[in-house]
Amino acid sequence: MLDKTVPSLAEAVSGVRDGARLLISGFGGSGIPTDLIRALLDQGAKDLTIVNNNAGNGPLGLSELIAAGRVRKVICSYARSANPANPSSAVFAEWYRAGKIELECVPQGTMADRMHAAGAGLGPFFTPTSYATPLAQGKETRVIDGVGYVLEDPLPGDFAFVKATQADRWGNLVYRYAQRNFGPVMCMAAKTAVAQVQEILPLGALAPDHVMTPGIFVQRVVECRNPQ
Amino acid sequence: MTTWNKLTRAQIAELVTRDIPDAVYVNLGIGMPTLIAQYLPRDREIILHSENGIVGMTNAPAGGPQDPDIINAGKEFMGLMPGASITDHVTSFAMMRGGHIDLTVLGAFQVSRMGDLANWDTGDPNSIPAVGGAMDLAAGAKQVFVMMDHVDKKGAPKIVTQCTYPLTGMRVVDRIYSDVAIIDVPGDGRLIVRAMVEGMTLPELQGMTAAPLTGVDACQKIAA
Repeated sequence: MLDKTVPSLAEAVSGVRDGARLLISGFGGSGIPTDLIRALLDQGAKDLTIVNNNAGNGPLGLSELIAAGRVRKVICSYARSANPANPSSAVFAEWYRAGKIELECVPQGTMADRMHAAGAGLGPFFTPTSYATPLAQGKETRVIDGVGYVLEDPLPGDFAFVKATQADRWGNLVYRYAQRNFGPVMCMAAKTAVAQVQEILPLGALAPDHVMTPGIFVQRVVECRNPQ
Repeated sequence: MTTWNKLTRAQIAELVTRDIPDAVYVNLGIGMPTLIAQYLPRDREIILHSENGIVGMTNAPAGGPQDPDIINAGKEFMGLMPGASITDHVTSFAMMRGGHIDLTVLGAFQVSRMGDLANWDTGDPNSIPAVGGAMDLAAGAKQVFVMMDHVDKKGAPKIVTQCTYPLTGMRVVDRIYSDVAIIDVPGDGRLIVRAMVEGMTLPELQGMTAAPLTGVDACQKIAA
């Protein structure tokens, strides 16, 4: 029987090793698997590389992981706080300025497609994004039919943590509104994709044509009825 | 003696909306361009795209419920139009990079006479590099409008011969809406002045611009 449900957050995050690369979904406050991140805080893995669109979203979750000294490097598109009055990544900024954490700044669409390439079995790809900019420095470039391109590598993850609204035991996922963001591509790109969901429904309850991430890309599902 | 006034941000936003045709897909950059959403004319269907996968975004109804899963690129609460769709990041950025967005309006630190855009990093060693979706949009939108002040806070021109700030994209800007003028950027080195605020002369505008301007007879006056 195919049953990807796990009974606890602790089990959901078990097996993340020191030095692992972890893909974490979320855009703004939407779709962030804060409960899984906090469970990882208790689990203890360190020397982590985190791939997330931002470098924190307020004091909970990723900021706590950084403050605990568990993150070696962040790969993200936007590591600044968009609203300085309510900083989303103050802890990251402090650690970055102190030289205690690495940052790889990646254009957002390039980040998504680097994960897509990893999950879809593709190799490096050419994109016009970032051509002739500092983010292309050190990368192979080529002009094809008059357009400049930058060669980008696939970005696989050892683990992905994503948040969805509904799942079944096969790991099929449905996301609510813009909660979807990086969830589908991160599940695809990780060896072990873990989804925290509001409710796990019986097999057959999700309409097949409404499934947004097919369970083949998901390894673990944990129910979290009152997410943080 | 100065006999002209700068446009307010709201006035610039209104000017931009006048030039957005009916039935187009538009992405508004964070900062000043998000104001445009408030001035969209009701007699045209202008469909807003947000990089987090929303097509058909609208301002959240005032006083209505705020949904944490319906937000824009600036993380502000938004609403959905009838006909809206939501997708994931790979598909959303395919819309941006693949030439499916008709128009994007972006803020800028500098624009060069060739249409190079610098809007993501001041190059200040203390700043934390953060690009978001700006480079994907600049590379892929069919048309790129820039909405910005004509000079920076210290009075230095933001329209230049060559950008000194790190680039977002090369030869991508099509038109600039500043707080004193509308300037076309055809990409051949010319900066064609389409409109100026009432009372301003071309030599005055040139004095605020660090690249040569081309005047046209049909140059319009903007009432500030």
